[in-house]
Amino acid sequence: MGYVAVAGGEEAITNAEALVAFYRLKGGSTPVQVRQIREQMRLAVDKVMSEGSLYAPGIAALALKQAEGDGIEASFIVRAYRATQPRRYVSLPVDTRQMRVIRRISGAFQDVPGGQVLGPTRDYTQRLVDFALLGETPELAAGFFKKIGVQTSRSALPDTFPKVIDLLRREGLMAEPGDRDRALSDITREAISFPCNRSAKLQSLARGETGVMMALAYSSMRGFGDIHPYLGELRVGTVPLFINHRAKKHPVYLGPVLVTEAEIISGQYEDDQGIPKLTLGYGLCFGHNELKAIAMGVLDRTMQSQAPQRAPAEDEEFVLYHIDGIESSGFSAHWKLPHYVTFQSTLDRLRRTQKLKEEADTLGREPEPETPGL
Amino acid sequence: MGVNQNRKHRGYNFAFLDENTKREIRRKLLKAVAIPGYQVPFASPELPIARGWGTGGLQITMAIIGPGDVLKVIDQGCDGSVNAVNIRKLLVKTTGVATTFDTNAASIIQTRHRIPEEAMRQDQILVLQVPIPEPLRYVEASEAKTREMHGEMDYSRMWVYLYENIVQYGEITIGARYPSLVNRRYLIDPSPIPRWDVPKLNQAETLYLFGAGREKRIYAVPPHTLAEPLEFEDFRFRVEDFTGRSCIRCGATDTYMNEMYDSSSGRKLFVCSDSGYCDRRREQSVTQNLACAEPTGHPLGRVPPKAEALVAPIQERSRSYPTASKEAGALEQVVIEGKEAR
Amino acid sequence: MAATGEAVLDVRGLTRLYGAGCPDCLVLTGPDAGTNICPQCHAIVACNNISFDLEQGEILGIVGESGSGKSTLLRCICFDEEATAGECYFAAFGTGRDDAFSQTGQARRYIRNHLLGIVYQNPLMGIKPHFTAGGNVAEKLLTADVYNVSLIRQRAATLLQRTEVPLARMDDFPANFSGGMQQRVQIAKALANNPPVLLLDEVSTGLDVSVQARVLDLIKEIQRDLGIAMIVVSHDLGVIRLLADRTGVMQHGQVIEFGLTDQILEDPQHRYTQLLVHSML
Repeated sequence: MGYVAVAGGEEAITNAEALVAFYRLKGGSTPVQVRQIREQMRLAVDKVMSEGSLYAPGIAALALKQAEGDGIEASFIVRAYRATQPRRYVSLPVDTRQMRVIRRISGAFQDVPGGQVLGPTRDYTQRLVDFALLGETPELAAGFFKKIGVQTSRSALPDTFPKVIDLLRREGLMAEPGDRDRALSDITREAISFPCNRSAKLQSLARGETGVMMALAYSSMRGFGDIHPYLGELRVGTVPLFINHRAKKHPVYLGPVLVTEAEIISGQYEDDQGIPKLTLGYGLCFGHNELKAIAMGVLDRTMQSQAPQRAPAEDEEFVLYHIDGIESSGFSAHWKLPHYVTFQSTLDRLRRTQKLKEEADTLGREPEPETPGL
Repeated sequence: MGVNQNRKHRGYNFAFLDENTKREIRRKLLKAVAIPGYQVPFASPELPIARGWGTGGLQITMAIIGPGDVLKVIDQGCDGSVNAVNIRKLLVKTTGVATTFDTNAASIIQTRHRIPEEAMRQDQILVLQVPIPEPLRYVEASEAKTREMHGEMDYSRMWVYLYENIVQYGEITIGARYPSLVNRRYLIDPSPIPRWDVPKLNQAETLYLFGAGREKRIYAVPPHTLAEPLEFEDFRFRVEDFTGRSCIRCGATDTYMNEMYDSSSGRKLFVCSDSGYCDRRREQSVTQNLACAEPTGHPLGRVPPKAEALVAPIQERSRSYPTASKEAGALEQVVIEGKEAR
Repeated sequence: MAATGEAVLDVRGLTRLYGAGCPDCLVLTGPDAGTNICPQCHAIVACNNISFDLEQGEILGIVGESGSGKSTLLRCICFDEEATAGECYFAAFGTGRDDAFSQTGQARRYIRNHLLGIVYQNPLMGIKPHFTAGGNVAEKLLTADVYNVSLIRQRAATLLQRTEVPLARMDDFPANFSGGMQQRVQIAKALANNPPVLLLDEVSTGLDVSVQARVLDLIKEIQRDLGIAMIVVSHDLGVIRLLADRTGVMQHGQVIEFGLTDQILEDPQHRYTQLLVHSML
């Protein structure tokens, strides 16, 4: 009984909200501390910041707690919070050449100037369940720190690394960014339109949902499209953020922001002068999220495709309209809302056409126009 | 029925959005009213309500609402629907405006899927929540292409779609979201209102504002503007057929009704989709019947016992709002006086 | 039906460039230069300052090798492409002296829908395979503001019959039709709104010889019965000889010779035309 079930919804909503809290806590264990999530669920927090489009590790960790670990829900909470925040400054452009890297690799060159820095990665570990973690205690953790401390040395890592694409550019192998498509837009102030400028594309990708971006990028790598990507360089590290302040002469340093950057190098196409060059797809997102940065780099490149038959990942409308996790999750979930007015209308149409068909069948002919009327 | 007074929560700007954002939306609204039926792109900031759950409507309401407004929120025609409750709560929390279930008492009505049965006036605004603002989505997936089609008023493919419908089924099969031409220029998706409500858009007294948050579009059908459903000369647009049906709650035969099944008897029942209108009719008929002391005239007299049980909870549950009860009547008076005093 | 001497279409100085272009593009290209690519800026001059008029009821042929700019010319006239320069007047549009090229998108759409019929070499450019055959004809009628289903179906039936598409297939999808039949549906569609001007781009190219002959006969018949003025573009002088009253010969983006078809065939003036005529059996 749809009608009855939804009337007096106020009370039901309040109860549902209480039940959510109940389900979160009913196991009886010590409530999870936000600091623990922030530090020990690092990658989940990073994903929420990136998809929520707000660099706020504390808020993101809190949102994860509130959402019982549901990443999309947490990103949604962060995104909604973001919308309430006044925007007082716009940072100066970030130069990732200044990045203090914790990890930096290139898949295109065996040896890159500065060297490959594996950093914190699970790439070369066996994915075995680590039962030892079951018994992890503060004492064991302290013991671990004592051991690992001697193996790192700050001085071994240079402050900055040269960029792989800069090397390729110097050799004339890489297309220059050029002066086209330098327009800056702000997708939070203006709806995107098509053809879409690159700035709006990159902004949309930077806040996109990791899973769907990976799927779209994967479709292109697999064969629905003609992009054959190389990972020119992948970096994870902190970049310094500066703003211009009215009262200050020099830019003011705000602090470090952890980002992941992927530079995807792909097949040749002719530049403005008709010279074949390599092209770049660029990925940059908040936090440590390598899959997202790579997928973003691939999609940035696929959307530059000039192929006459566009594969899904090469169609900018298809990509940009479907990668936002907040939008797609909201609309996918909205089918839970009552639709009985529209369904009633659908039934009305169906009964009518069934009746027409029936009448036509009795007369042994195709359905024909009936007497017009309202 | 009456008007409920509320208090705004602290900590948020009036109507949640900051003033700059509201101003920007109002600018887009002005453009939408100036070019009836044209979809104006707008930034659509995130809200604490999910995309697809009425954010576009909310943003419009938030941009136009003032402290003196009286708000009504409905979903599927019903004030008590969970989503309507949720949206009303957010608006009340952040504005403190008075609310009502009474179409006549409201100055702004935000709605999903319905236009109220009672004719609205020129001092009222109806805000419709829109999931898919693009009527041409039936025939063209690409936004870049549909914008060009609107620009050139190239609606032939939509027409062919309707033609092919008739060839295949003998009738146009679109129910809700019936494409309509505004001011003889722009084709709109009137939001998923049933066909029943489409004629109400035409040459109306009221301003209709349409908001699609996820798709980031605003459009309008201003008062006294043509809004014509697409139809062929020999295949006229027609509304849903409720011939021989009547509402089990109020006995109405001239409203849009939802059908439902009595869970024990399996009998099909019909009930008004516009709960506010249905309640008002019940109030009136109860009063009349008391005066005439003619129990047989009671609309519920015709309802089978099972259905009576079914209907009862509606009354009960809606008691948290002013209803036909005596207390509510008293409250209504207080409230209305209060409003006048302001 | 012979031409009446009244122009239904008047094209002046139509030019179409691909690429940025430079001030000397038009003089550095053409038959004398032996190329349509500007040696200075590498822009392609597809159509170079082309002027002609089309008279009521006549068939005007445009012949030339592929890449000579003849199809681009048609595509500019029906607004598939935007002319870089030039004017275009339709007698039936506005006062008859309103340049179509400088109109808004909406006005151009009106001209295309009401005053033009277009038949492309590839039928799927002109018809939609997922609309029924009747639906395709209906589309053209609907763009020309005919909103009566019975009328539309009557007219579609007449046109499909006339173009020899079996009526039983009216509500089938052209995706399942043969190339020849798709082409006939396209012609039926192009004729639906009784356009004063019909544009035909290599309509018989790629069809079997027997099918080709039937399509050409059909075009001739339509011209005779309906008196529609047509521009027929073809690389095949045989098609031009069969259909066209007057003919323009194009090379490297320019019209190098223009006149009565018989005259051009019997006494070609330009070296290229002579080559073309003599190579024809």
